[in-house]
Amino acid sequence: MGRLSVSLCGIELDNPVIPASGTFGYGYEFAELYDINCLGTFSFKGTTREPRFGNPTPRIAEANAGMLNAVGLQNPGVDTVIAGELPKLKEVFHKPVIANVSGFSIDEYREVSEKLDKEPQVGWLEVNISCPNVHGGGMSFGTDPKAAAEVVSAVKAVTMKPVIVKLSPNVTDIVAIARACEAAGADAISLINTVMAMRIDLKTRRPVLANITGGLSGPAVFPLALRMVWQVSQAVKIPVVGLGGVSSAEDVIEMMLAGASAVQVGAANLKNPYACREIIDALPAVMDRYGIENIKDIIGGAHG
Amino acid sequence: MKQSIFTIRENTALNTRYSRLVLAGDTSAITRPGQFADVSLPGFFLRRPFSVCDWNEETMTLVYETVGRGTASLKELPAGSGLDVLTGLGNGFNLSRAGDEPLLIGGGSGVSPLLGLCRRLLNAGTRPHVILGFNTRDEVILAEDFLAMGVSPTITTADGSFGIRGFVTDAMDIPHSFFYTCGPEVMMRAIAEKSAAHGQLSFDTRMGCGFGACMGCTKATVNGPKRVCKDGPVFEKEEILWAD
Repeated sequence: MGRLSVSLCGIELDNPVIPASGTFGYGYEFAELYDINCLGTFSFKGTTREPRFGNPTPRIAEANAGMLNAVGLQNPGVDTVIAGELPKLKEVFHKPVIANVSGFSIDEYREVSEKLDKEPQVGWLEVNISCPNVHGGGMSFGTDPKAAAEVVSAVKAVTMKPVIVKLSPNVTDIVAIARACEAAGADAISLINTVMAMRIDLKTRRPVLANITGGLSGPAVFPLALRMVWQVSQAVKIPVVGLGGVSSAEDVIEMMLAGASAVQVGAANLKNPYACREIIDALPAVMDRYGIENIKDIIGGAHG
Repeated sequence: MKQSIFTIRENTALNTRYSRLVLAGDTSAITRPGQFADVSLPGFFLRRPFSVCDWNEETMTLVYETVGRGTASLKELPAGSGLDVLTGLGNGFNLSRAGDEPLLIGGGSGVSPLLGLCRRLLNAGTRPHVILGFNTRDEVILAEDFLAMGVSPTITTADGSFGIRGFVTDAMDIPHSFFYTCGPEVMMRAIAEKSAAHGQLSFDTRMGCGFGACMGCTKATVNGPKRVCKDGPVFEKEEILWAD
């Protein structure tokens, strides 16, 4: 085990850096640029039962120190993901991967999870109950502790793989949601998904995004995400994967001090396609600077 | 795709609307006209995609329109500034489709990639017809650059202040083997409907990453959803699903 290694639900990661779902596709665009096997793992694009075109465009807007997206879970559907995307992913990435599962009903979460559970390369299921950009699904499960628990129970019933539940920050009490997921059998929590936001075009006087609202990500949300990781990691016993605006090795360490066992990197990949590799390469020197021998030793270190 | 630092050699206004940016650096990733560069601007999170107007071994020229705060800030950057740029993005135009008499039609900032396309068609021994459309005389760009290559473009202006009064479609009754176009979608649609030939159309859209990862620029086509940044920005006429 190297000094960067961490464990996530019993699976060893060479390092805690994980590209976040929706910012890394199925890996191959990035594999053209660098060997993505340097990553701890990555979470592939959110998968639903049926193919989804997603929202109309524009789906993207600029923000100060960040961006908004309203992609709306575009994906080819679970059967095509398994038949078409995973074989290609396997050629460029040789470690267990995180399958991100999205849905509009309990049945859909169950069915997609059941299918992805059978894929040997899938190490974890990440259940997305927090997409702010679709209606009648996604985030509506992640804003109510009871509904969140129902999704978790349904997924746990069909898989032996560790289940990570991805939470929305767009709630009044994220700790209550996290506790409900833990009680329902979740093996880990990842947070935060994007923060619901909007922009208006001054020339047209209309919202920039066709969906009107979108999810804010990037450095702008890092302190907010850090605070929620801090709160949730104190309230639950299962591991927390921290994400939200992480863009540097220093951010990774700060997230882990707040209580994260591993860290996802999202919007930074879209600005700089080499972001994750650069963060991994920078970690040893930054750890040296702050007197950190093994990165796993600092998890939750700020809690005292 | 390649990420590298380019140095601004020239950043000059062509008129009140458009500017020319000449960047010195590693252009080796650019393989076809119609590809684009994704430029990181100081103080802004998302990169800004611009089609490559022309390039050689040492420099790349971008022609951009000032549309928002990002491009307004770009306009202020002096020569000598460094810019982080992704190059070699997108599919670009396919020269092998040109035939004997290709027709190049650009509108507004969409004339930009047609200059590099024209140069490479000439290098390949094919002489294209070129039509460039603008709103008004003061917005005409790149006409001299085509002339310098020995190609005399037909110019149209919507207000009749220069060249032919009207739209590019009013000037396209020229026999042609194939068409290449870039510009406003209403213009490209009118061209696609008027021309009996096959053609390639280059689309401009708001992008997230520019290299196929975020699904921010998806376009519906007859072959399913396509990423303008990675599967495009150039699409075949027959692939396009025009909005109602």
